Amino acid sequence: MSRTPKLGRGVCLVGGAMSKFGMFKGLDYKDLFAQAFLEMLDSVDNGLNPKDIEALYLGNFSSDFFLKQSHLGPVLTDLLGIVPRPAARLEGACASSALAFRAGVQAVASGMYDIVLVGGLEEMSKRSTEEVTEGLAMASSPYEWKTGFTFPGIFATIATAYFERYKASADDLFAVTLKSHENAKLNPKAQFGVTIKELMAQRAEKAKAKGQPVPSWEDERAFLSDPRVNPEIAWPLRLFDCSPISDGACCLLLVAEEIAKGFSDTPVHVVGLGQGSGYPLYLKEDLTQFEATKQAAKEAYAMSGLGPKDIQIAEVHDCFSIAEVIHTEDLGFFAPGEGIKAVNDGLTRRSGPKPINTSGGLKCKGHPVGATGVAQVLEIWLQLRGRAGERQVPIADLRVGAAHNLGGTGGTCTLTILQKKG
Amino acid sequence: MEMSFNELSYWMGMEEAKLMGVKCKECGAIYLPPRPFCVQCYKDALEWKEFQGDGKLIAFTSIFVVPKSMAEQGYGRDNPYIVGVVELNEGVRIVGRIEGVDTKRPETIKIGMPLKAGFPKAMEAGVSKAYLAFRPA
Repeated sequence: MSRTPKLGRGVCLVGGAMSKFGMFKGLDYKDLFAQAFLEMLDSVDNGLNPKDIEALYLGNFSSDFFLKQSHLGPVLTDLLGIVPRPAARLEGACASSALAFRAGVQAVASGMYDIVLVGGLEEMSKRSTEEVTEGLAMASSPYEWKTGFTFPGIFATIATAYFERYKASADDLFAVTLKSHENAKLNPKAQFGVTIKELMAQRAEKAKAKGQPVPSWEDERAFLSDPRVNPEIAWPLRLFDCSPISDGACCLLLVAEEIAKGFSDTPVHVVGLGQGSGYPLYLKEDLTQFEATKQAAKEAYAMSGLGPKDIQIAEVHDCFSIAEVIHTEDLGFFAPGEGIKAVNDGLTRRSGPKPINTSGGLKCKGHPVGATGVAQVLEIWLQLRGRAGERQVPIADLRVGAAHNLGGTGGTCTLTILQKKG
Repeated sequence: MEMSFNELSYWMGMEEAKLMGVKCKECGAIYLPPRPFCVQCYKDALEWKEFQGDGKLIAFTSIFVVPKSMAEQGYGRDNPYIVGVVELNEGVRIVGRIEGVDTKRPETIKIGMPLKAGFPKAMEAGVSKAYLAFRPA
């Protein structure tokens, strides 16, 4: 029954870009996708005639709920000037655009198309926090959200199980947050490109300007322990454990391996593609791991012939700080229970042996849910090509990276492995 | 109306203060909530099974930023509520609210504590609805 999944023919990533992620009053999802698309065109070494794009696969979670707009495919082909090329929207909650990426890879690998655009977008910030909380919760199991579980609530519940088993505490998660901010500071597209130290200074400055008592904290950990600046969202998770509400768009250009050199001097190969599904909380045998991630990893590792030790850098789905820790275990980077130690020991920092979320992650780069999956792949593509600017990892022979995307409460997970060959 | 082995029946059971799941007559597998067929033996031979509602706390959270529907019931930053995963004595797990504990001091709640199911009612969009809430046994 179990055979090694494989692609019919090679597929390469030869272009990609994202809009800035953030909360934009005067811009909508079309503006953001346009930003990403134009920059993507510039990113293709040897250029792309947009009219040569044969199909668009778009990831979007819930424009229906957030914007009262469905059927985004033709809205986008019109925006890009590529009507009557086909377009499809794929939905897998926060993994929507990883599914679009997968569909795009499959379309090229099957021989159906040579040149495919994959995109993702979400516009969330014009709704209230309560509405967004409700909208996101719809991606959990019906029994969960009807019981009152929110997204942060589900990951907080998982956190209590993890802490109980591995004798850790919410304070141990500060290391994840500090690292995310440290990395995002070097990412001009990030929603929160600021370190915790800078935030502390900003807070003090603001209070001073208003003539209020100037707050002070001994260090970053003291700041993150202060409920005035870091209140509970869903105990034991606090504000700085959570990814924000964001708007953003991202797109990637996939082409058949045999024509890749025509587009790019350094094409990056899609060598591993995995996806799995997972249980709701009450059916999970073990709350401290995601079975969907394990399935995705199994498939992607088998397809690529690579293993966790071969992955030099990774973007993992840190919708909440605890999630990043668990993913680094489920993907096999660290043993169960060791992920929390690894991040506290600095192993996953940009300069560490296994850099995780060099983009700043969902926490600081931002999390426009439908754009996240492709944006994670984009970061790996940039790093592999040495185009990540100030946040380029200091690894001399960087060839293999992976992007892990999670949808809902772990109901859908994907792993994509990219490799620079030659 | 005949009750189907589905989500609708699960919530309707609560209105009668019952925690309803199903049992496979063929292989004996039990399921909570109910499901339309057995995913162990794939036989379509289910019967209703009422769960007693006694169990222990596996994991939980106290929710301070609430969705709109809970805000309308008066919950929010100053009045958080607790939800969790409970393992029943019959061996299955279910999600439910956890009441009768200090919602603002969740650190005082212990994983593993014995719980008992109850079915209080709350107004939701103008309609009174029963929900599953566990309390310390």
